[in-house]
Amino acid sequence: MEKLIWLVPGLPLLGAAVLLLGGRRTNAWGHLLGCLTALGSFALGAGLFFTMLGKSDAERSMHQHLYSWVPVPGTGQNPFQADVSFQLDQLSMVFVLLITGVGSLIHIYSIGYMSHDRERRKFFSYLNLFLAAMLILVLADNYLLLYVGWEGVGLASYLLIGFWQHKPSAAAAAKKAFVVNRVGDVGLSIAVMLMFVTFGSFSFDTVFGTAKGASDGTLTAIGIMLLLAACGKSAQFPLQTWLGDAMEGPTPVSALIHAATMVTAGVYLIVRSHAIFDLSPTARLLVTIVGAITLLFGAIVGCAKDDIKKGLAGSTMSQIGYMILAAGLGPIGYAFAIMHLVTHGFFKAGLFLGAGSVMHGMNDEVNMRHYGGLRKYMPITFGTFFLGYLAIIGCPPFSGFYSKDKIIEAAFSKGGTSGWILGGAALLGALITAFYMTRMVIMTFFGEKRWVEDADGHEPHPHESPSTMALPMLLLAVGSVGAGFLFNMNESFVKWLEPVVGPRAEGKLPGGLNSTTLSIITLAAVAVGVGFAYLKYGTRKVPAVAPRGSFITVAARKDLYGDAFNEAALMRPGQYLTRTLVYTDNRGVDGAINGLAALVGGTSGRLRRLQNGFVRSYALSMFGGAAALIAAILFAKL
Amino acid sequence: MNPENYLFLSALLFTIGAFGVLIRRNAIVVFMCVELMLNAVNLSLVTFSRMHGDLTGQVIAFFTMVVAAAEVVVGLAIIVSVFRTRRSASVDDANLLKY
Amino acid sequence: MAGSALGPHQAAVVLADGMGKTSTGEAVQFWVLGAVAVLGALGMVLSKKAVHSALSLAATMVCLAVFYLAQGAYFLGVVQIVVYTGAIMMLFLFVLMLVGVSSADSLVETIKGQRKLAVLAGVAFAVLIMTTLGHARLGSFAGSGAANAGGGNVKNLADLIFSKYFWAFEVTSALLITAAVGAMVLTHRERLVARKSQKELVEERVRTGKRMTPLPTPGVYARHNAVDIPALLPDGSPAEDSVNATLVARTPVRDAVGLTAVTRQAMAVPRQGEAPLVESTAGAANGDNE
Repeated sequence: MEKLIWLVPGLPLLGAAVLLLGGRRTNAWGHLLGCLTALGSFALGAGLFFTMLGKSDAERSMHQHLYSWVPVPGTGQNPFQADVSFQLDQLSMVFVLLITGVGSLIHIYSIGYMSHDRERRKFFSYLNLFLAAMLILVLADNYLLLYVGWEGVGLASYLLIGFWQHKPSAAAAAKKAFVVNRVGDVGLSIAVMLMFVTFGSFSFDTVFGTAKGASDGTLTAIGIMLLLAACGKSAQFPLQTWLGDAMEGPTPVSALIHAATMVTAGVYLIVRSHAIFDLSPTARLLVTIVGAITLLFGAIVGCAKDDIKKGLAGSTMSQIGYMILAAGLGPIGYAFAIMHLVTHGFFKAGLFLGAGSVMHGMNDEVNMRHYGGLRKYMPITFGTFFLGYLAIIGCPPFSGFYSKDKIIEAAFSKGGTSGWILGGAALLGALITAFYMTRMVIMTFFGEKRWVEDADGHEPHPHESPSTMALPMLLLAVGSVGAGFLFNMNESFVKWLEPVVGPRAEGKLPGGLNSTTLSIITLAAVAVGVGFAYLKYGTRKVPAVAPRGSFITVAARKDLYGDAFNEAALMRPGQYLTRTLVYTDNRGVDGAINGLAALVGGTSGRLRRLQNGFVRSYALSMFGGAAALIAAILFAKL
Repeated sequence: MNPENYLFLSALLFTIGAFGVLIRRNAIVVFMCVELMLNAVNLSLVTFSRMHGDLTGQVIAFFTMVVAAAEVVVGLAIIVSVFRTRRSASVDDANLLKY
Repeated sequence: MAGSALGPHQAAVVLADGMGKTSTGEAVQFWVLGAVAVLGALGMVLSKKAVHSALSLAATMVCLAVFYLAQGAYFLGVVQIVVYTGAIMMLFLFVLMLVGVSSADSLVETIKGQRKLAVLAGVAFAVLIMTTLGHARLGSFAGSGAANAGGGNVKNLADLIFSKYFWAFEVTSALLITAAVGAMVLTHRERLVARKSQKELVEERVRTGKRMTPLPTPGVYARHNAVDIPALLPDGSPAEDSVNATLVARTPVRDAVGLTAVTRQAMAVPRQGEAPLVESTAGAANGDNE
């Protein structure tokens, strides 16, 4: 079984290759092949999981060396050695199952969702490509191969966001995602280079094994660069701006890439590199700050959006903020970061699929103000969406309750003022989450119909989605309901991850709080959020056109001016700088060069006239020269 | 009379020859002017030979004559062939090699 | 001529006497022949016709030959006359015959500023080089006596050429051969078609039908019996092709066009007595032509 690890990313890669190289010939069965490779990958992952279960903790980490990618034998003290080899440990296992599992469901969902799209085959090839890259990312046993996967998912994300590139907004969103991700990628590449310089190797084992020997400054630098990478990929502050626009992609893409898997790669990176963060308190503090800011930022943005997918995107940002916060808290939070990641993968994917199902039934309408009363028309969608809703707001005993509650607890137990601040932020986040999710459910499924005709004048006829779409939603709903409880039973999830991230440190809650009281406080906050949303949207008529709202609402609608800030702080000065440079280059540098050339050219053009072809003129010059020579001699001798 | 006068005469003849080269267009006349210049130099060589009582100057003048003869033969042949193709013996007409 | 008139030995004695000065005879000879040489040189440069230039140059060269003899360079003096004035100048004249048809050379300058600058450069050069000569320290005056002692000028020269300068001499001979071959190559014209026989020429003349008879001879029925005067046809008009094309090309001689006018005038008044002067008309024609 261990020998088959390479097949896990290999199968989707093969699928992508066949579909992309096969072209139109594969149109008829392309989507089936795509699903098949994803399911095969999932089956392999499950098989590996059971193999792993059958071993003792210490033996669970499996390695597979495929080949030497860039071997540069023994020159200098740091021979460059990059291998393509995989490492499947408990952390990777969690990700493999999440990626292939959710990925398979979303593949199946896409069969129905994309059934009217002429490019469905291409869509599946990109999805397969994404799966392969993501699996390489989580299976890599060294940072260089991880980087390959990292860039691979970036590419797939770009291709899928811009899948409907005939829409200018989609093309622009794809470019934006790519460019912003690039900022993060630069961070990762710098981190990898620093690691090679410091440790002489890329491999996790060497880097983590020798991390203690490195200086604090280097470790902090590596940590900050890794954080930058995570910020880019996981849409964390200050690189958060691309995620909202990424919703231009087809909904399954939003569910798989921009909710369940790819955006959580940053969390994976930080947890995977815990050995470095454990040694650098500064980097870790930064991680928690970034997480806390983003979880509030995303939640506030989510409150103001009328576009259902953008609302969910804000929510995703916020939930990943929780994970990053947990990862930054250190040994008390690593396991919960990953646990929240998994449960979030279930319920957020389910919510997105639900949103996609609603759009499918409503002529691709995304504005929630034009929904309303859909509960009766789409019972399955409503049911699964509602379960996901309960999970995300942290209602016990749904999965979100277990994971998020633990994160809030861990934040408080950090101790000191920072503990209070972080815990308070997490608690406030929970309140806001409850508010905007309730708002979303009420506006979509309750109240009266506010449907409008679409651009072509068709009345919407909401209907339940086909079974290929319903089935994944149901399965994900099961996950959102039961995963948290399952993971928390006997702390099984924490224990599972213990060999990778180290034993969980027991935090001590400050100020006479204990686990139970904190849970009650959290639930109270959630109840306040729900109640407030109900008062605002459930008891009053929802206006079909968004009211102007307070300045916070206005700001939140504009993503809290993230784009405006980037434009003013980075784009404009950058443009100004490049224009100045171009001007300097054209006028200054080129001008000097061209001027010199013109001077030489013009002078020689005139001097050329001396070459008039008359021998006698040349003879005159010679004669004059001879006279001058004699004059010079005479002058010197006299 | 001071024998240096021969040298002055030589210089004068040389200058006249050079001047002729500059203002005449007929290739043959130009050639004659060149010959005059060579002769002027020969005169000074002979004068130097006499001044120093050394025959080397005369030997060089002798060689100059031989080379001048060879030069005249080839030069005139060139003039003839140029004349054949261009129907002109003017040095100004052969001015294609220019800017 | 004084130097050359005496024997070589005597000449050496005469010249050696002065030690820095030459004899009065030589001085007179220098001033007379020097003037001739300069005049010859100027004549060469300034005369319109190349033939005149050649003759002027020959005069200058003879003068120089005399100077060589006067200075004890007997061999060179003879060579100058035989080789230069004799062979080379004849070669010049020969080529002039070949080329000279159109060689009449107006002295009008065509390159802008050339003449002005040439005068300037020439004067500057002359002044400078003469000033230099005036300042030069030429050392003691040895005279040619020592050089010509022993076997005499020719033998001593031969000794030098065939010993010290033997290599240069051989190389020069190679140069001469090369020059001769080169001249042949340059002037040689490959005959591409066989020479036409008289028969073929006649047949060709008949075929083209342009002119069956030979060209008319010049001077027939003309006012002057000369080769450069075209014949008059029975109707009184001049036959332009009766004059050799080469002569026609030498414009100053007689102009068929100008002559036509004159002839018409003469024919119009046949018994008027004296015919108009050809010289004056020819002059007028020349004037028109220039």
